[in-house]
Amino acid sequence: MDVERGRLRFFAKATGQADPVYRDLEAARRAGHRDLPVPPTFLFCLEMENPAPWGIADALGVDLRSLLHAGQSFEYHAMAYAGDRLTFVSEVSDVYEKKGGALTFVVRTTEVTRDGEPVATMVSTLVVRDLPGAGTGGGR
Amino acid sequence: MKVGDTVALEAPRVSRTVLALYAGASGDHNPVHIDIDACREVGIPDVFAHGMLGMAYLGRLLTDWVPQERIRSYEVRFTAITPVNATPVCSGVVTRVEDDLAHLDLTVALPDGSVTLLGSAVVECDCARSTSE
Repeated sequence: MDVERGRLRFFAKATGQADPVYRDLEAARRAGHRDLPVPPTFLFCLEMENPAPWGIADALGVDLRSLLHAGQSFEYHAMAYAGDRLTFVSEVSDVYEKKGGALTFVVRTTEVTRDGEPVATMVSTLVVRDLPGAGTGGGR
Repeated sequence: MKVGDTVALEAPRVSRTVLALYAGASGDHNPVHIDIDACREVGIPDVFAHGMLGMAYLGRLLTDWVPQERIRSYEVRFTAITPVNATPVCSGVVTRVEDDLAHLDLTVALPDGSVTLLGSAVVECDCARSTSE
């Protein structure tokens, strides 16, 4: 996945980011960065570019509207910057049910690397909930 | 940075425009955040904010506080939905300092007091030096 400056500026605008380090290349370089930094949560967004970002939920044909994000964690090993090419390797690390099966939790763990060097480890916990009228494709 | 230090950040009102921009910028195009018609079809009364938008605001709080390269880890639980047009308030407090690492508790709440995100972060600091002086 290639990290693009324009996309990072768009993300800064969308999140109300006023710090010029995240929008202005010169400000970023003055702060000691080699390019615009990837902000703390943007790695999750890059992962969304994956053709099937929700893994098992996509595979089961789960209606996106019945998905909720329950939790998210990042462990950072190195900064990432515009111009980087990052590799995302994900696996479903856990699946469990709550409330008698009304909620299904899917835990996805993703290792992000650059040229084989670790950049971050992300863990996403998603919930699939029962919604009236939502197409689940899961046998309802 | 020492135990008890606090910091806050008031996010902008999460208007429909903010949600549309965030959907585009984040790549998360789930219609529950941008399409009221698609929501109503499945019994959801209106669009609501991406959880990761709240996490991005808390991320801004962190990077306003310390240079980003000092953030070792950052995690949240999404505890409630943020309705459209809410104005989230982000806050952080240092709960523990050891070995030049500061542990922070992070919260996003709405003006009515409901908590939408609960999180924590570990950041590198010169804490040992500043607390021993």
